[in-house]
Amino acid sequence: MAVPTDVLSAPVEESPAKPRRRRSSFLRNGKAVSGLVIIGFLLVLAVIGPWIAPYDPGQRGDDLLVGPNAAHWFGTTHLGQDVFSQILDGTRSVMLVGLVAGLVATVLAIVFGVTSGYFGGTGGETLSAVSNVFLVIPALPLILIITLSLPETNDLTIALVIGLTSWAWGARVLRAQTLSLRRRDYVEAARATGESTWRIIGFEILPNLTAVIAASFVSTVIFAVLSEITLAFIGVPGVSEWNWGAILFWAQSQQALAQGAWWWFVPTGLAIALLGTGLALLNFGIDEYVNPRLRGGPQQVRGVKMRVGFTPVLPAAKESR
Amino acid sequence: MTASAKPTAPGATDVVLEAVGLTKHFPVRPRPRDLLSRRRRAVRAVDDVGLVLRRGQVTAMVGESGSGKSTVARLLAQLVRQTAGEIRLHGTEVRAGGGRSFRAYCRRVQMVFQDPFASLNPVHTVRYHLTRALRIHHRDRDVTEALRELLTRVQLTPPDQFLAKYPHELSGGQRQRVAIARALAAGPEALLADEPVSMLDVSIRLGVLNLLRDLRDRLDLAILYITHDIASARYFADDVLVMYAGQVVEGGDGEAVTQRAAHPYTRLLVASAPDPDRIAGGTTEDSGEAGGEPPSLIDPPSGCRFHPRCPHAMARCRAEAPPRLSVDGNGSGHWAACWLYDATTVAEAST
Amino acid sequence: MTYVLRRVGFYLFTAWAAITINFFLPRAIPGDPVQSLISRARGQLDAEAVQSLYILFGLDTDQGILSQYWDYWGQLLRGDLGLSFTFFPTPVIDVIADSLPWTLALVGITTVISFLLGTGLGVLAGWWRGSWVDIVMPVTTFLSSIPYFWLGLIAITLLADQGGPFPSSGGFDPGVVPSWDLDFIGSAIYHSLLPAITILVTSMSGWVLSMRNMMLTVAAEDYITVAHAKGLSERRVMVSYAARNALLPNVSSFALALGLIVGGTLLVEIVFSYPGVGFQLFAAVGAKDYPLIQGIFLVITLSVLVANLVADLVYLLLDPRTRKEG
Repeated sequence: MAVPTDVLSAPVEESPAKPRRRRSSFLRNGKAVSGLVIIGFLLVLAVIGPWIAPYDPGQRGDDLLVGPNAAHWFGTTHLGQDVFSQILDGTRSVMLVGLVAGLVATVLAIVFGVTSGYFGGTGGETLSAVSNVFLVIPALPLILIITLSLPETNDLTIALVIGLTSWAWGARVLRAQTLSLRRRDYVEAARATGESTWRIIGFEILPNLTAVIAASFVSTVIFAVLSEITLAFIGVPGVSEWNWGAILFWAQSQQALAQGAWWWFVPTGLAIALLGTGLALLNFGIDEYVNPRLRGGPQQVRGVKMRVGFTPVLPAAKESR
Repeated sequence: MTASAKPTAPGATDVVLEAVGLTKHFPVRPRPRDLLSRRRRAVRAVDDVGLVLRRGQVTAMVGESGSGKSTVARLLAQLVRQTAGEIRLHGTEVRAGGGRSFRAYCRRVQMVFQDPFASLNPVHTVRYHLTRALRIHHRDRDVTEALRELLTRVQLTPPDQFLAKYPHELSGGQRQRVAIARALAAGPEALLADEPVSMLDVSIRLGVLNLLRDLRDRLDLAILYITHDIASARYFADDVLVMYAGQVVEGGDGEAVTQRAAHPYTRLLVASAPDPDRIAGGTTEDSGEAGGEPPSLIDPPSGCRFHPRCPHAMARCRAEAPPRLSVDGNGSGHWAACWLYDATTVAEAST
Repeated sequence: MTYVLRRVGFYLFTAWAAITINFFLPRAIPGDPVQSLISRARGQLDAEAVQSLYILFGLDTDQGILSQYWDYWGQLLRGDLGLSFTFFPTPVIDVIADSLPWTLALVGITTVISFLLGTGLGVLAGWWRGSWVDIVMPVTTFLSSIPYFWLGLIAITLLADQGGPFPSSGGFDPGVVPSWDLDFIGSAIYHSLLPAITILVTSMSGWVLSMRNMMLTVAAEDYITVAHAKGLSERRVMVSYAARNALLPNVSSFALALGLIVGGTLLVEIVFSYPGVGFQLFAAVGAKDYPLIQGIFLVITLSVLVANLVADLVYLLLDPRTRKEG
């Protein structure tokens, strides 16, 4: 399959400065790889979904509200529309909004977090206070009132609104990391070598933040996807017609529940869960890569019993090696 | 020692870097009651330090942890701005702000950091570290040739084998050599070495020290060698300065300071250094008597900062800070900031 | 004490920021939809109500922005958030006052329970790693990546509809009159069970995951090894040494997670037609009832700020270091 190889090469290009040895250990991580495979699969669907959909998602048919069968894998809606086609068609909107919002938020998080961490002082404190404000204000209602105030909304504007309001968490994490990197000797040494400030931030500090940035990007994408689906589910206008949230909106408003039409919302929800799980797995992979203590796997040490001729090794001590 | 091979009476033109009255106070976050009293508290990390680095000479600065010696190095490298005092490069005062003037300054004064495990960026290769230093300061040089030359100079041979390596693939001694090569890439006149061997295994320390000595002789570098190990200063330095609680308390010819230590603190340092010549457990004059810990640098003791620990403390020591007083009285340049060498004290002692 | 004052200062600043955002949003965007709402309701609105909406949404363009801002604050402090169009002509503040207690009770109780349960599970999952407890991981990963409302839909299908044991909508039985008697309270608790379980299940997984990670990090510390070496019982090391130290970061992230949980809860209310703020918000979005949406945003933000302050105080009790820390 061409999909996974495509996807696997992505993080390699992302951090060309990383030593080869560490790079491959990230790809040996089962969680990270399964996450990448899932996301790669969904990305491919996002591109080709509308073409391979068996029906036009809006096209009404004669089979009203029928369960899954050979003609309609995921059943039909109250208007006889094919749910499977709707989900395929909606993938693009979901992925697009998630990625754009994640990108915008990550760029903002880097700008706010790294500059406030590196420069410190009153300016840094102010930036940090601003990000804390955004962190505390409940995001969903904020996104909602901004989106509703906009005269015109579409997938892109919604992605921008989500991106512009959800960078604070990443900025906070990056700021903390930058604060600790700023006083490292190699940063001082680069300064003593005569490197310019921007060069230091861009080439000495940022490469060391790659994992943190990646993790915050993935978390933001999770958040953006869920927010966007939620907006569509509430019925905010402007979201793509067959966004997964919109499918659920119709299911809810047409009383799919009361009519027992489980196929209308179960596959859609599972698609959301698949995407969310893929992203979460990727994030765990990054976490374990950064902090090897988190690595799971079979571990017999817990149950070590004292035996004669066998020095008991305490689990914690052994792990830390 | 090799010091004798060098001209011992250098002219004023040989002074590369000079610090006069160098002072650094780090502000402390004010406590609520300080806000009322309007008193600004500060850590007096470095107070009124003067030193001279001469071409082709190693000046050692000895002191225990927290005595402010690393801060002196960072001040001289202009990584930290001094609170007061002057730094002079070839007699002209340095006002290295940012950008161009700072680059011009650091082309001539370079620094080697204490921890070679921390001073090289883990994401960059040896080639990157050295190339950047070359690119910044000597744009027109042929990089490939210069890289080879640098690595050969710090005895990392064959050079090509090391260029593509990441810091984690090198041993501590190799890393420190890379760090030294990076400093040399700028083509400096003065090298500030902040405890360059303290993080290395004892077995490879000598190699790095010999490398520094070799650089001093071949490149005529002025080296500031900062250390807490008075034995290595004795091995390696032409001049020795002793720092205590942010101040220089004794200075002079390396041989004189280490062999005939004058200040009670220096004697304490010498006595605490393991010395195979001295029989274990044998007591010298002052050793062991002066216990205690370095004082708080926020509220340093009045008068001489060493007086709470000093076995010879007099009433005068508590009241007045001693000036630099000549030890031998023969103009050798060996001095100590201690009232024991004041003319009146010496006169009293001899009667 | 300084710590508490600084936190209070920060929350006041945030409240100010939220209110100011609320002030500027409708003014920054051309073609105001509220104008059309007002003209549609013309004749039914008295002059005072129209004036209040003009102040809230900046329709009175003759006035300078500063004096508009001044009037806006004056009106907020009087508790006048305009009239709701969905529940015309009830003032927004009354609509919110009716629905807020439902939400507060639902979110408050479930959040505390989910934090306690999730943290406890996380402690076990982190400590007994490598055993069957590891099954918690994939389950919680899955649960944390689905939207709250979808789980609500599933819960209704399985447990409420077609003769399931739980009611599928509403906050109490239609026949019961809201009052402080046993009938009503019992009915309210009965109706809140399913939404509460839904929120519990989804929000808990986040705590499990973060607590597990903290436990794994802490378990490798030297003081844990020492505690083992001293021969302390496994249980004691786990609870008094590992969990105690792992708990603090989890408590401090409690405040930050609150905003997300509240967002999720609003949606669960929609699914269950629970008479809380979220359900009102849903109705308001459908009817483009801007005064109600903005009012709800303000009230939710302020409630979250208060909850954050409470979480900070708890943290202060748990960790004496905070008193000195900047």
